Amino acid sequence: MSTGSIQARAEGWLGNNDVRLLIALALAIGGLYALFSVVLGFQLNGTVNTLRRVAFLSAIYAMLALALNLQWGYAGLFNLGAAGFMAIGVYTMGILTAPVTASPPGFGLPLPVAILGAILVTGLIGGLAALPAIRLRADYLAIVTVAFSEIVRLTLRAPEFANTRIAGVAFGTGGATGLSLPSNPIRILFYTDPAATAPAPNALGAAIFSAVEPLGIEETLVIGWAYVVVLCLCLGLLYWLMVRIGKSPFGRVLKSIREDQQVTQALGKDTRLFKIKTFALGCALMGLIAILWRLSGGYASPRMFKPIQTFYIFIALFIGGTGSPTGSIVGGALFASLLFEGPSFIRRVVAESLQLSNAPDTLVAAIVELGSGDVIPLLAYSVQDVSISALRLMLLGIVLVYLMQRHPDGLLGHRKAIASSVDLSQRETREDDYE
Amino acid sequence: MSKNVQSAQRDQTQNGQQEQILTVKNLRKTFGGITAVADVSFHVEKGSITGLIGPNGAGKSTTFDLITGVQRPDGGAVEFNDTEITGYRSDQVANQGLVRTFQIARELSEMTVLENLMLAPQNQVGEAIWRAVLPRARTQVVEQEKALRKQAWEMLELFEIEHVAHESAGNLSGGQRKLLEMARVLMTDPEMVLLDEPLAGVNPTLEEKLIDRLHTLKEQGYTFLFVEHDMDVIMNNCDTVIVMHQGSVLTEGQPDTVKNNDKVLDAYLGEEVTI
Amino acid sequence: MAARDYYSRGQNIVYNRPVLVVFAVIGVFLVFDIFRQLGTGTITATDLVSYLWNGLVLGMSLGLAGVGLSMTYSILNFANFAHGDLITSGAFAGWATAFLIAGLGDFSVEALVLIGGPIAVGSNELGINVVNTPLALLAGLLVAAVLTAALSLLLDRIVFKPMRSADGVTLMIASVGVALFLRNFLTFSFLTDSRGLTGGNVPQFTLGGVTFGGHQITLVLVAALLMLATHVLLQYTKIGTAMRAMAANKDLAKVTGIPTERVVKLTWGIGGGLTGCAGFLIALQQGTLTVTMGWDLLLLVFAAVILGGVGSIYGAMVGGVILGIASRLALVWIPASFLLAAAFVLMIVMLLVRPSGLFSGRTTA
Repeated sequence: MSTGSIQARAEGWLGNNDVRLLIALALAIGGLYALFSVVLGFQLNGTVNTLRRVAFLSAIYAMLALALNLQWGYAGLFNLGAAGFMAIGVYTMGILTAPVTASPPGFGLPLPVAILGAILVTGLIGGLAALPAIRLRADYLAIVTVAFSEIVRLTLRAPEFANTRIAGVAFGTGGATGLSLPSNPIRILFYTDPAATAPAPNALGAAIFSAVEPLGIEETLVIGWAYVVVLCLCLGLLYWLMVRIGKSPFGRVLKSIREDQQVTQALGKDTRLFKIKTFALGCALMGLIAILWRLSGGYASPRMFKPIQTFYIFIALFIGGTGSPTGSIVGGALFASLLFEGPSFIRRVVAESLQLSNAPDTLVAAIVELGSGDVIPLLAYSVQDVSISALRLMLLGIVLVYLMQRHPDGLLGHRKAIASSVDLSQRETREDDYE
Repeated sequence: MSKNVQSAQRDQTQNGQQEQILTVKNLRKTFGGITAVADVSFHVEKGSITGLIGPNGAGKSTTFDLITGVQRPDGGAVEFNDTEITGYRSDQVANQGLVRTFQIARELSEMTVLENLMLAPQNQVGEAIWRAVLPRARTQVVEQEKALRKQAWEMLELFEIEHVAHESAGNLSGGQRKLLEMARVLMTDPEMVLLDEPLAGVNPTLEEKLIDRLHTLKEQGYTFLFVEHDMDVIMNNCDTVIVMHQGSVLTEGQPDTVKNNDKVLDAYLGEEVTI
Repeated sequence: MAARDYYSRGQNIVYNRPVLVVFAVIGVFLVFDIFRQLGTGTITATDLVSYLWNGLVLGMSLGLAGVGLSMTYSILNFANFAHGDLITSGAFAGWATAFLIAGLGDFSVEALVLIGGPIAVGSNELGINVVNTPLALLAGLLVAAVLTAALSLLLDRIVFKPMRSADGVTLMIASVGVALFLRNFLTFSFLTDSRGLTGGNVPQFTLGGVTFGGHQITLVLVAALLMLATHVLLQYTKIGTAMRAMAANKDLAKVTGIPTERVVKLTWGIGGGLTGCAGFLIALQQGTLTVTMGWDLLLLVFAAVILGGVGSIYGAMVGGVILGIASRLALVWIPASFLLAAAFVLMIVMLLVRPSGLFSGRTTA
């Protein structure tokens, strides 16, 4: 491929409205956070870290929304068990990589092999689960899948499997305490021996670390940002994949299944197979994305895979609009930056700017003081750990109800992209047909 | 063996060169305690336009459902091109080259007219997910898509609905939807088409156009079996007419013979008819 | 003749519902296994009776909690994921009342209204139980019923009424939003997670080694009474007939002049009232209250409703009791940490094998 065509292609991408929209959105969110941080005089390291966290979660939720969109937006398969499939992916990877000597022991496989294995296992279980489930009505499918994800979580939490031996093979889920995962693989870029407790940086690591040190930016933050960059590449790849699937004849069949399964079948499409494949692929992707999510944290516990995790993804998907890959990314980014991370950032802003006194013990006390004209105690009460997280979830509830009442197909609406690999307005083949 | 099958066999021996494409034998279906189809046997000759008529509730649509695998028969057999297809799923039936339209036009309303047409062709290479994605295999997909696009535009021309090609199917008028449904079914490249009331709600000009197309397509070798209420349409256009009543075949034969059959008249007038 | 009739019917079942037969065979095998284990002494009769009794208590909780869910499911045609948090809301409302009545004068109103929590109220000093403070409990039960009914109506007005024509999935997702809001509103208001409720010497008696708790008995009796009342209401009143008609066929009901909007309101009201009572009683029996109580129960309640057949109130009751007893009896074979998972598996199997439930074809509201 000549450089000319690469350049043309890059220009084509930038000329694409959707891509421009996404870049603008990323800049706007980043700018908003940076602006507040600078105005309030936060430390640079802290600000950059906040940005990293927001970017990290945006990328993760955008990817999860893309995977869910494949199932619900494209094919109309209502999977309320996303958290369960995420857990299967992460735990399979964790068990496959855990050293044989560790507690709980694992299989000691290299990380890439384990990730591949985890994707296969998650996809397989997704396909098997779909086998009977796709016959069900959407609401029953929702109940069955949420129950399935709870079964997965309860099984992972059960002490019986925490450290067990089945057919002579010792392994374990770690039970309620959770499972250690391999350290962040991106470290290999910066350290000569990333597994060591105090690893020595390699040439690249030394160069970058010493460059940012005067700015007060720590090594872990550099690593974190490098990971975010990798995630964004994954996101781009997944987005491209979804657009391609949407435009392919495969995607066309999914679109028609969502509208009228009987007609699709009468036209000779084996709708069951299409649904099973889609479900399995979506689940495998969720497993993979969950692995990317947890690899940065280094450990997994059953608590992370409660049904609320699934609801988060649905909120992201519904904000963006079902059926549109661009919408999924917008939804994921808006959800993660405004709804998920926003409240705790606001809390920091409030705490920083208002010099709050000690919070009253109860809501009653706060309201009594509000009655006497003092807003501060209620504010202080609201920004405590427990209450801010409760407020955040209340907000999510309201958003969900609002969306369902006003925009049941999402803020950006249902997809209008034409499902075809060629430009349908051309009647005869021409040279400049886009692919 | 029922009388109808015997008469069918007699017909065949009389015109030895005629070939049966669809044979239905003793089809039966009950819902709860209600018998929708009691005992239906008939055959359709290759390259013919065959009409299926009968008063409301005679079991015509259910018979279509049983033939095309939308519902499973309780008993009996369906043969298409000498292959027994009884109990096939509807996609399997369609893959044999036997497709149907629905009584109420079932356009995929959020898809454009062209998308509707592009969906229909069977065994598209791009329906395999990996071919849709992997670059090398995808050239094959794009090639086929181009061919299908050409075919789709030709189909639009045939039915004279090119001007709505990019319209969402949901925005079409009732008549246009019927045309789209016909065009979509033909895109699957069938041998035989079952049309469930293709003319209901269609204005006379369009009706003429549709019937005209039917004959053109018949010349090209397609076979049609269609349910219709308009007696004139049936009598003027069908080679054979099958009359159903209360879940069974009352009689079948040339339009003229059927027209003069007293039992048919009685059936339509709601009289008790003994078969 | 009769024998042959049964024979052919049996043949029919084997032919048409092979999976059902397999499950029946497994069921029979398990019952035999219980007797075998009793014979060999692996489990004792006391164990067995205690499993059955605890199963009945759980079953009555699920049944009572399920009636309201089943009613809204059949009349409004959606799976209400906020139902669990209605249960919790009822429990909080009722227990705040009970605390207020039992402890007024001894503790600050603030502490009592918040049911202890941030400000410690020794539940032992308060000593709430059926014998000590029956009136406080009765008042709590009533307030739980009334407030939960009112809350249900309010939610219907704000959330569900504007989307009457929406499909089941959209309504279901909206109800997830409601669930999130309610649960976290409770967290925001009451803060701490778990709080003790009952105190003093809770009466109980032991029979042949099996302990029957006073509050367990209260729950079973009151739940049975409430279900009986619901039965009478649905079967013998005009309102009940209208509700059953609407559950069976909404459009037909509308055409025949049934005021559907009023029936919907009544459904929320009655369903909400029963749900509030369920929440209050379940908390009474557990002796503790958490914000996630109802949410944790929700899938089990769904399981009970589905087991009995969505839309059938008697189904919800019987489904609850069967599920309760089955899941406690399951302790004979499986470890306690898998009880919940086993109940969910049962529900999934039920949905796949017989989605209309055990009592299908009897959608009597």
